[in-house]
Amino acid sequence: MNVKKADLVIIGGGPAGMAAAIEASKNGIRDILILERENNLGGILHQCIHNGFGLHYFGEELTGPEYAWRFIDEVHARNISYYVETTVINFGPDKTITAINSQEGLFIIKPRAVVLAMGCRERTRGALNIPGTRPAGIYTAGLAQKFVNMEGFMPGKSVVILGSGDIGLIMARRMFLEGAQVKMVCELMPYSGGLNRNIVQCLEDFDIPLRLKHTVVAIHGKERLEGVTIAQVDEHRKPIMETCETVTCDTLLLSVGLIPENELTREAGIIVDRRTSGPVVNDCMETSMEGVFACGNVVHVHDLVDYVSREGARAGECAAAYITAEGDKAEGGEIQITAGKCVRYTVPQKIVPKGQKNIRLFFRVTDIFRKVKIVVKANGETVFERKRNKVTPGEMESLEIPGSILNSPTNVNELLVEVQNIEEGQ
Amino acid sequence: MLYDVVVIGAGVTGAFIARELSRYELKVCMLEKETDVSMGTSKANSAIVHAGFDAVPNSLKAQLNVRGNKRMPLIAQELGVDFKQIGSFVLCHSKEDIPKLEELMKRGISNGVEGLEIITGDRLKAMEPNITAESIAALYAPTAGIICPYELTLHAAENAVENGVDLKLGHEVTSIRFDSNIFIISSAQDEFKAKFIVNAAGLYADTVSMMAGDNSFSIKPRRGEYVLFDKAHGNLVNRVIFQLPSAKGKGVLVTPTVDGNLLVGPNAEEIQDKQDTATTCSGLSEILRTASLSVSLPSTGDIITSFAGLRAGADTGDFIIRASEGNKRFIHAAGIESPGLTAAPAIGERVVKLLEESGLRLVQKTNYNPSIKYGKAARHMTGDELNKLIRQHPEFGRIVCRCEKITEGEILSSIHRTIGATNLDAVKRRTRAGMGRCQGGFCSSRVVEILSRELKVPAEEITKFGGNSRLLMGRTKHNLETNC
Ligand SMILES: Cc1cc2nc3c(=O)[nH]c(=O)nc-3n(C[C@H](O)[C@H](O)[C@H](O)COP(=O)(O)OP(=O)(O)OC[C@H]3O[C@@H](n4cnc5c(N)ncnc54)[C@H](O)[C@@H]3O)c2cc1C
Repeated sequence: MNVKKADLVIIGGGPAGMAAAIEASKNGIRDILILERENNLGGILHQCIHNGFGLHYFGEELTGPEYAWRFIDEVHARNISYYVETTVINFGPDKTITAINSQEGLFIIKPRAVVLAMGCRERTRGALNIPGTRPAGIYTAGLAQKFVNMEGFMPGKSVVILGSGDIGLIMARRMFLEGAQVKMVCELMPYSGGLNRNIVQCLEDFDIPLRLKHTVVAIHGKERLEGVTIAQVDEHRKPIMETCETVTCDTLLLSVGLIPENELTREAGIIVDRRTSGPVVNDCMETSMEGVFACGNVVHVHDLVDYVSREGARAGECAAAYITAEGDKAEGGEIQITAGKCVRYTVPQKIVPKGQKNIRLFFRVTDIFRKVKIVVKANGETVFERKRNKVTPGEMESLEIPGSILNSPTNVNELLVEVQNIEEGQ
Repeated sequence: MLYDVVVIGAGVTGAFIARELSRYELKVCMLEKETDVSMGTSKANSAIVHAGFDAVPNSLKAQLNVRGNKRMPLIAQELGVDFKQIGSFVLCHSKEDIPKLEELMKRGISNGVEGLEIITGDRLKAMEPNITAESIAALYAPTAGIICPYELTLHAAENAVENGVDLKLGHEVTSIRFDSNIFIISSAQDEFKAKFIVNAAGLYADTVSMMAGDNSFSIKPRRGEYVLFDKAHGNLVNRVIFQLPSAKGKGVLVTPTVDGNLLVGPNAEEIQDKQDTATTCSGLSEILRTASLSVSLPSTGDIITSFAGLRAGADTGDFIIRASEGNKRFIHAAGIESPGLTAAPAIGERVVKLLEESGLRLVQKTNYNPSIKYGKAARHMTGDELNKLIRQHPEFGRIVCRCEKITEGEILSSIHRTIGATNLDAVKRRTRAGMGRCQGGFCSSRVVEILSRELKVPAEEITKFGGNSRLLMGRTKHNLETNC
């Protein structure tokens, strides 16, 4: 088998991987190779033809493909090598990558550093265990989006959407604009999992009903979908059978969550966080395997690509530093970051103190809270806080905390992030 | 054309009967109502090659199970079907039930099952570290195994076709006449003439029998539901884990599948509608609850799909493999419920013997080839084998289904093989594209595109599994505008 060498291999050529490659290149790494399984760079952005991308990163509103092209152009301008239609099928210890494509066949790469940027996939009907028949007409929202936006086909004419994740909301509008009847969006939780702006712009503007605390309990139709039974759920999210109602439709779109694609990560023995389903990373986006970094939706599911790019750049910068400084590792222990009260997870989960000026923390809360403050404690003492009018699980929170807090009080070994009522104080 | 034999039904039973017949100088035709083989019970079942301790001694089920099990290793090799003889355990969860386990072992010995033994204590734990503490003893049957039921059916049917059998898909037999010693068999599109008929119509064997004026049995569907877990859990158990039937019910099984997933099920529910393969909330929770007596199961979030299959049990309780009472040239292979998959090769032999007894003349073909003409599937190749293939056919280096790592080359072959795939699910059964954890979320659109291109039909006409199961409903507005 053909064996190649590279300084840095990036698995996945979506926005996270491209940002990492560009940043590594800016930091002096020449021998970079991006491996992408689709036939072009850009990842899922190509099918996201709506706008709303880039507000934070570029300060302007772009469509998905426009946003992707900014990065693709830069990859080209910097002469960064990439292979498309190339799938990594194994990632082993010693960072050995086995990949396959039609020109090289199966081949092996032994890089000095790796950035994992494989993105995520959609949760399916199976994971929800929705009983009933198995006809045509049940699609994940992302697949429907690909059919409509990339291939120009309508997956159906009369649609129920389960799950109010962002792709589901976007697809509600898209199917409506293409002339389909979008009967409703059902959401199990008492709140939507999507961005507020999408609820307004994709549902409310088109009078598409959002049924909170509702789920699909049965699927009907033998060949093509003929309808679904929906029901309200109680506070334990169990369907209340008396509230069952059958809705006729030929299409059910599922937008019931995204799962980071970490099969390669697990195979390599890298530690994966059960809450994020992504690798545990430190503030350099380095995973539990030395020299293996990760960024984007493979680490945790983001709502905005802007943050993905930022995280990618961070991973690329740190991977570059790792390659150039190989050998002299940072001294000192790691600081654990704990997700405290009302916080589901944080990314990164650890910090390696190196006198950094600022540290960016991403996290999600467990429920909707109003008039709260986000509190960071070091060894039990509050060192940083920020007020928030409203926080919701559907919108990722981000905090930039000054690096100086790591030194006060001396020898911080645990940071804790929690949500507090403003009145409550402490 | 006057056929010597028409076989009605291309499930595993019909396929092995046709394959057995294809050894001889005969004109044989298989008629199947669906658009592919293996669309009935042979598609959705436990996929176990049973050892044979379960059936009542001397029953047809017992004899043909044990015979089928013995033949399976060679047949799997000839047909290029993945078969893993991993053995099975019947777990016993209480001291009082141990005599029942011993009874089962005795029954197995009298059925001719080899290697049976009762295992307890440390050895039990060492062999199956993940079983529950309540599992105190097990009947071990080393000859049991796992197989892919639709691969077995497809390859047996293809081997029959390669040896000269005609296969007519999409032909539902609607009436049968017997006139001047010849059967005239009608479907909506055509008429077929035959000297002999074999009824291997599964759930509809009673309907087909009735067409020939024989109402000596009826088939009652009994549904079994399953859940399939992600490959991450394929190693939870090493063997097929059954439960000893107890006051709580017959028990459900937990097993790795031959492709590395974890399969849990089935329950048993008598139903009326022979097409009702819907899963139910109560059924799925029942199997999960019952299975957790054997092992602690992964979280339901790791289930990738659930499905149901229908047992086609006859009211007699045993397989019905005999000539029709009214006409000895009409042979039944009916009531083929479990262990039908295992027994199929032996059912094939038996049916051919019955045909001979009824007057069919058997002359061995000189050029019969028991082996399927295709080599190893790319997904089973070594790196070097695969690289050689990719150099000749680059499409075997282009992965379409990322979860199961299935290439465009494999999808193309599935469309152009002896019994080619014509829809999305048929590609899936032949290649595993879409069978993985994303359940086709990423690859379905590519597979539709490839099917459309290769079959030269518009994408809107590509179905999930034939009939009205169309996947797409026309073009988007934007496309309509640019097209006119
Ligand atoms: C829940 C469950 C679990 C099982 N587990 C196992 C197991 O682990 N091991 C095992 O050995 N066995 C098992 N079995 C049994 C095994 O699956 C069956 O015995 C076997 O698949 C039966 O095959 P068949 O060809 O007889 O029927 P089918 O596969 O149903 O084939 C019959 C075919 O006839 C066609 N047909 C019907 N009517 C007509 C008509 N009028 N014209 C033309 N075509 C027609 C149908 O479309 C169908 O394709 C299980 C069965 C079930 C339901």
